[in-house]
Amino acid sequence: MTCLPGHTEKKLGLAIDLDTCVGCHACVTACKGWNDQGYGVPLSDQDPYGADPSGTFLNRVHSYQVQPPEGTAQVINFPRSCLHCEDAPCVTVCPTGASYKRVEDGIVLVNESDCIGCGLCAWACPYGAREMDADAGVMKKCTLCVDRIYNENLPEEDREPACVRTCPTGARHFGDFNDPDSKVSQLTAARGGFDLMPEMGTKPTNKYLPPRPKDKRHEASLLAPLLDIQATGFAGWLDRVLGKI
Amino acid sequence: MHPAPSVIIFSVLSGLGFGFMAYLALGFLPLVGTWAFIAWAIGYALAVGGLVASTAHLGNPQRALKAFTQWRSSWLSREGWAAVLALFALAPVALGDWMGFGIPFVWRGLAAAMALVTVVCTAMIYTQIKAVPRWHHWLTPVMFMAFSVAGGALLAMQATLAFVLLLALAVVMMALFFIGDREFARAGASMETATGLGRIGEVAVFEQPHTGDNYLLREMIFVVGRKHAQKLRVIAVLFAAVLPALMAAVGGVALMLAAVLVHLTGAFVARWLFFAQAEHVVGLYYGKR
Repeated sequence: MTCLPGHTEKKLGLAIDLDTCVGCHACVTACKGWNDQGYGVPLSDQDPYGADPSGTFLNRVHSYQVQPPEGTAQVINFPRSCLHCEDAPCVTVCPTGASYKRVEDGIVLVNESDCIGCGLCAWACPYGAREMDADAGVMKKCTLCVDRIYNENLPEEDREPACVRTCPTGARHFGDFNDPDSKVSQLTAARGGFDLMPEMGTKPTNKYLPPRPKDKRHEASLLAPLLDIQATGFAGWLDRVLGKI
Repeated sequence: MHPAPSVIIFSVLSGLGFGFMAYLALGFLPLVGTWAFIAWAIGYALAVGGLVASTAHLGNPQRALKAFTQWRSSWLSREGWAAVLALFALAPVALGDWMGFGIPFVWRGLAAAMALVTVVCTAMIYTQIKAVPRWHHWLTPVMFMAFSVAGGALLAMQATLAFVLLLALAVVMMALFFIGDREFARAGASMETATGLGRIGEVAVFEQPHTGDNYLLREMIFVVGRKHAQKLRVIAVLFAAVLPALMAAVGGVALMLAAVLVHLTGAFVARWLFFAQAEHVVGLYYGKR
């Protein structure tokens, strides 16, 4: 049933640090690599080596230029994937029950054998988290690597989403937001983690950690004390003579 | 939003078909025998034809029956149920008109109501989408209903009623154009709220996440044809409402039938605009609308 569970035991999700993300797209490729062979149908590509390549991805990295009222602009890299919303509009619109939110951990999943590929869930999502696979005609979305995080065949350090495991700067953190002592809860509290588009009323689980404030550059040049050198001796005499000519 | 032909055909034809059959069920067009059969066949062809067209929109239409399971939460599922119930409820009425046996008026009334409920459910599929602010307005179901009852009145040869309803349709269409233009701003979503970076300053795209296109750009960020939007709006209102209203005012079966075709042309233009002009908030991540 595509009614939402009122409460989930855990609230598994990601805290994404916009301060440390360097925009390398490693999470994009790790996600594509893992989800190409695990849960559900593979993420297909169309015309991958041709003139107009296109494909299904569950994670995309945007880059924005943000201009503060004063000072120079900042470049901020911005990974975008499913936020596993508490009030997920993609789930309730689903006519077949293929889309659901798990009671045990809050992960939003698609049961692909029930998906008719109507695309309504992708319309309902404000964040563009869902992409219809052009080959299979079913909706694909981030599974929070549900086939990794509970997988006892994997070494323990690998039991986290592929994007988190691969991030070279540690900009992505995985954990339970229902547990106030978890790493993600602590980070969110300490850094002022925020929701994307709160006005859409989706109550996202994933939180974004804002870029830390930049150091202020001194307005005066670091060379300023050196620029005021008074020439002495022969150079001083030359300076005076040349100044009078 | 991408104006998929299957969805445009579905919503226009089904809306007209169910509107028309509501009039037939209520006995506005007292036909018997072969003429009754033809009228009901047109109604069913429009409604069922539209529903069949909508399955062309599906990635896996062979599983379409599963769409009946989630009526408790999903408007699309409710729409499926309403359509099937309406088609079944209307069937004895159609048979009665054709074969010449009476159907109690209560049943006729319920069948007509079910037909119109289907149109509301169709409209709600779009109205419920908060991420498309232009659609997320109570006038959207009013507009779908206005199309259904005005077009249905034309087909049911109700000249006076059609005249009034078509003028009402013109008003609703223009109101929705006018109000719809402000809804995106009113919803409050911007690149700053989408990224949460408004706390630092003004946000602009520095680099797109991918150089090729993708499902999101094709499906939700459709910008083709907006250039002619104003002209198409005028054409839509003229053809869907104003011209057929004038033709209905003159009256006559031939002119009324011609008016149906003019109305349908306008309805297709209007429904194309309904999708093409609808902006999804996901476009904000791409710096597009």
